[in-house]
Order: sequence, then C-alpha cells, then structure tokens
Amino acid sequence: MNSLFEYLIRLGDDSLILGHRMSEWCGHGPILEEDIAMTNISLDLIGQATNLLKYAGEVEGKGRDEDELAFLRFDRDYKNVLLVEQPNGDFGMTMMRQFLFDAYRKPLFEALVNSSDEQLSAIAVKSLKETKYHLKHSAEWVIRLGDGTEESKQRVQESLDTIWRYTDELFFTDDIEKELLENGMSADLEEIKVAWMETVNQVLSEATLNIPDHGWQHDGGRRGMHSEHLGYILAELQYMQRAYPGMEW
Amino acid sequence: MVKKNKVWELLDQISDPEIPVLTIRDLGILRDVEITEEKVVVTITPTYSGCPAMTTIEDDISALFIKEGIQDFDINLVLSPAWTTDWMSEEGRVKLREYGIAPPENEIDKSVLFAEPPVISCPKCNSEDTRMVSQFGSTACKAHYQCNKCLEPFDYFKCLK
Repeated sequence: MNSLFEYLIRLGDDSLILGHRMSEWCGHGPILEEDIAMTNISLDLIGQATNLLKYAGEVEGKGRDEDELAFLRFDRDYKNVLLVEQPNGDFGMTMMRQFLFDAYRKPLFEALVNSSDEQLSAIAVKSLKETKYHLKHSAEWVIRLGDGTEESKQRVQESLDTIWRYTDELFFTDDIEKELLENGMSADLEEIKVAWMETVNQVLSEATLNIPDHGWQHDGGRRGMHSEHLGYILAELQYMQRAYPGMEW
Repeated sequence: MVKKNKVWELLDQISDPEIPVLTIRDLGILRDVEITEEKVVVTITPTYSGCPAMTTIEDDISALFIKEGIQDFDINLVLSPAWTTDWMSEEGRVKLREYGIAPPENEIDKSVLFAEPPVISCPKCNSEDTRMVSQFGSTACKAHYQCNKCLEPFDYFKCLK
C-alpha cells in the first residue's frame, strides 16, 4: 500500500465530507450572515479536498483524478473520521462539531507546513490561512451559545455530550502515520492532541460548558468502517456521477 | 513566437469574474508568463483553496489565446508560494475602492477570539465609523461591513497572510 496516498485520502476525505455537511446548510442558515458564513467554510473545505485528492491521485499514479476519488469510491474506501459525517443537528451542534474539528485542523496544518513533502506543505500553507478564520468563527459561536441563554447552554451542552465520543479518533495512529512521521512527511498527533486539548479547554471553559466524563470513544473511520450516516451522504454526493457517468457541466 | 510583453499585455484583458474591476495581474493571481520554443506557459494561483473563479479564469485565458491565434499554450495552477493580499497591486487597491470594495488592511492576529475587527473606512463616504457585520461575505475573499455614518453596506476584501 502507498502510505502517502492513504494519508492524503484521510486528510482529503475529512475536508470533503465536512464540506458536504456544511453545504447542507445552504439556504437553511438561522440568519443570512450565517448561511453565507457556513457556505463559505464549506467552499474552503471542498477546495482543500480538491487539492488533497488531486495530489493523492497523482501519488497513486493510476490515472484517478480528484473527481473520480470524490465521486466514485465505495463507502469502505472513504477514510474520514466519524466526527465529520455526524448529522448537522441544530446550529449549535454544527458549530460544536466544527469547533472540535477546527481546533484539531489548525495545529495539524501548522505542523504540515514543515512536511518534507513539498506539495503537502504547499497545501498546508494555503489551508492554514483559511482554517484560522474557521476556528475563530466556530469558537466564538461555541462561547456565545454556551455562555448564552439557559436554553442555548443546555442545547449546546447536549451537542457536546453527543459528539465528544468521536473526538479521540482525530488522533488515531497506525503504521501509516508512524511511517510518514519517520519520513518527516506527516505530523506528530500526540503533539497535535496537546495543542487541541489546550484550545478545547480554553474555549469550553469560557463557554461555561463541561467536557462529558463518559470514557467511551468510537473509531473506525480511518479504517473505512463508518456510521450509517456516510451512506446517505454518499448517495447524495455520488448520485449524478452514478446516474450519468462522466457527466460534466 | 509571440513576445512575452505582448502576452502580459493581452492578459491585462482578463479580469476576475467576481470583481470585474480588477485584472488578474492587479490581484496577483497571474504569477508568471514564460515563452518556450514550443509554447506559452502561464502560471496562476488561487486566492482561496476553493475559489470557484479559477476555472472561469482558465477558460477566459484559453479563449483569449485562441482568438489571438496563440494555439500552443499551457495554464499551470500552482499553490506555492501561497497567495497573500500583499500581492495586490497599488493600482488594484485604488480601483477596488473606487468600485465600492474596501481594500485589505493589515490585521494583527486574526486568530484572537472576539478581537476588535480592523478599522475599515467606508468606500462611499470615507468615514471610519464602520462595523463588521460578518467575517464571511459575498465571496470567500471578502467580509461584510456596514458604515454607521452613511449606512452603506459594503464588502471588505479581507487580509489574507
């Protein structure tokens, strides 16, 4: 197996699936400004997915381009974390999911800027600039909602309780991660976790929210074992290419 | 073979589809033009990863070249070095403001939570009494502001570094 290809697929699928989830808000935002903000973030994520999957296709060398990788793989071949495929829920849930992800993505891209792989480093430099805006946006909303009204606090705390069990998987490490880390290509997820935890503690405490104390954590996404939700996402995402193979517009 | 400065001149006809007042050179999207023995090679770079204007810009360049009789060319899309708002030309900044979009100002650290947004003067009445409505505006590269004095809502081309 080509480790770099696999790694790029993981990063690319996180962006693709979360970008798709955010795009589901198009026309449904609670206020116009947030509708625009969420679709902007969606666009950035899908743009990052394009760059990552395009490069994955080149590394693989079998002639697959970013569109083929995005639209024509089967569910087991998607390697995104389970967190990003979880349903949007209410606005607070979407912001909480985004925050937990952005707080991981920012230190990850900061580390990948120094990747020994030139193209991955270039993608990280580009993506990091965008991720800073995303983190600021999602963190500010988590604080506003948590330290907000009684109802907003209760709802966003419930969201945190529901999706906290998907956060450990962000730091899933296997032989692929280890091999690339040794080559200086990837990032040390233990260090990323320290940075993530610091941001999470700081923002959640300002938001007067509590990290749930249940210890159970899910994983499987990085190995292609997904929750039921991914199937529905792929049905929508892939419909056009499956129904009209090779179509373009 | 066509001359290099002639190609640069030609490419000044290509504007950003979202901000038609700016050419791709003004914006800093057009990075390089090379003339080899076989072909013209144009290098462009996106503002944001997902900038949907890039495909249109590539198509516009292709159409222009074909119209001008340049048959052999490549358009390269590069990510590195990453585009920053510093690459926007001074002329571009003036044009942007005249068009009603506030040009980018240096921002200190955009990752500070609840930081005061930068003071942006209104492109209509020049008042500095403006407020940020949303960090995300009509396109990925813009934020949404409103002037408290003349009440004009306007776009701010946000600083990206």
